[in-house]
Amino acid sequence: MLKDVTLGQFLPGVSPIHRLDPRAKILFLIALIVFIFITSNYISLALVAAFIVALVFMTRIPVKMYLKSMKMILFIVLFTGIINLFYGRGEPLVKIGFLQITEAGINNAVFVSVRIAVLILASSMLTFTTSPTDLTDALERLLKPLTVFHIKVHEIAMMMTIALRFVPTLLEETDKIMSAQKARGADMESGNLIKRIKALIPVLIPLFVSAFRRAEELATAMECRCYQGGSGRTRMKRLHFGKADLYGLAACLLVLCGVIICNIFLPATVR
Amino acid sequence: MNIIETENLSFVYGQGTPFEKTANDRLNIQIKEGEFVGIIGHTGSGKSTLVQMLNGLIRPTSGTIRLEGTDIWQSPKEIRKIRFKVGLVFQYPEYQLFEETVEKDIAYGPRNMGLSEGDIRERVISAARFSGLRSELLSKSPFDLSGGEKRRAAIAGVIAMDPDVLILDEPTAGLDPAGRDVLLAQISQYHKERKNTVLLVSHSMEDIAKTADRILVMNKGRAEMLEDTRTVFSRGEELERMGLRVPQITKIMSGLQKRGFDIPSGILTVEQAASVLAAYRGRSL
Ligand SMILES: Nc1ncnc2c1ncn2[C@@H]1O[C@H](COP(=O)(O)OP(=O)(O)OP(=O)(O)O)[C@@H](O)[C@H]1O
Ligand SMILES: [Mg+2]
Repeated sequence: MLKDVTLGQFLPGVSPIHRLDPRAKILFLIALIVFIFITSNYISLALVAAFIVALVFMTRIPVKMYLKSMKMILFIVLFTGIINLFYGRGEPLVKIGFLQITEAGINNAVFVSVRIAVLILASSMLTFTTSPTDLTDALERLLKPLTVFHIKVHEIAMMMTIALRFVPTLLEETDKIMSAQKARGADMESGNLIKRIKALIPVLIPLFVSAFRRAEELATAMECRCYQGGSGRTRMKRLHFGKADLYGLAACLLVLCGVIICNIFLPATVR
Repeated sequence: MNIIETENLSFVYGQGTPFEKTANDRLNIQIKEGEFVGIIGHTGSGKSTLVQMLNGLIRPTSGTIRLEGTDIWQSPKEIRKIRFKVGLVFQYPEYQLFEETVEKDIAYGPRNMGLSEGDIRERVISAARFSGLRSELLSKSPFDLSGGEKRRAAIAGVIAMDPDVLILDEPTAGLDPAGRDVLLAQISQYHKERKNTVLLVSHSMEDIAKTADRILVMNKGRAEMLEDTRTVFSRGEELERMGLRVPQITKIMSGLQKRGFDIPSGILTVEQAASVLAAYRGRSL
């Protein structure tokens, strides 16, 4: 079913990671992504990867869920990995026709694969442990300085909240309409491309009709509650940067130091 | 003969995730050919899940469903054929309408079956008649119909496939009282004329009492009873424990009986009650 899509899904829980300030979580995610891309040898790569794996376990979310979200990206990881395998310069170790595998190629392949995998892992961790509302709330706060340039941060955040809020609803609706049409003998699994696209019409039309209806209802409901944009709005849930976030910051700094030291004192395996 | 049989039929939503939920738990049900079965149960008791499994929309997590003696998932590629034999009208079916005209929409199912244009036309007209859709509506856009008319059009879309088993999931939800009565009468009429098996899911005990030969009672994913209508409604206390009740009139009549009035038990409809009370008055005069 469509609902089995795990990427971007929120899994409520009470782990230390769940309780971190969402703003901190977003910043940590960015930091981790930067770290993983500045690593230049196996030791520092392992250090960052180990740190993230440790965090994954701290979320107390079944590892299976992470694997599921990786599964969808697995193809991309493998593809880029294999391409990189053949792109290294230097002495060839193995030669298959015009393709050659070098030590640098192997190193590149490992680095690229691990980097993408870690990227997915870290971003799944963010969405698994942060509710969509917290997430957009935090983004709004982080982007607040941009209002200086007349960027409507609140409106953008509100649009994101609404979009995220309706993803599961629309998926559920698609599922339902698909089932209803399948019950009338719709065949969406066989035939050539044109036939398959045509088979989607009975799903797309009702879906659009209901999406527009929902949008209109939502707009009316918001107007009825006197919604008029961000200015002067107060919040029921205030974010605050707590002790746990400080520990998180300390851990991140530690890892950063580790990465820098490794990078300086150990020979670089990739450029 | 049993047209549908299930054996230890179970369904689990989101297996292996934190949201795991057993919606159907080892159901063993037999449905006879040509009978009208009502399905009742509290919200979330697994009625919709069950009917979706019966027409092969979702695959059982474990257990088997046999239609006329053969396992419907024996060859998964042929599952579409099962869906033509077991027609399912969803809860709020009006959201599935999509064609330019009502006629084309009703024809969608028969067309998927690969029938000839002549047959399709014939089926559309008879299905529209069975579901009480006025013929001048056939050339209109489905989006211009009223809620009740949309519902009828959607039901006609399934009836037009002429399934051996017709399943309706809360077809009267959200209709006005007169609309409900007419629709129910039409479904009963359909059952009588075609002699097909009909399964009706409903939250209205009155509706079920009026139409069903037997009742399947679902509770927390389990099948608690599958007995004839009278027997089920004579077990009012058990039903109440499951968040259900007996029809109002049945309750009134059994109340009268408890107070010593000499009237028979198991009265299910107002009409029955009226004739019983008239007879009682005749006797006591
Ligand atoms: N798509 C789904 N994903 C996860 N859980 C579901 C899904 N659909 C139903 N459930 C759960 O399965 C259980 C049975 O649902 P089902 O829809 O079969 O109930 P129902 O008897 O039809 O209820 P109602 O009378 O409200 O229509 C419920 O607890 C519900 O929360
Ligand atoms: Mg239901």
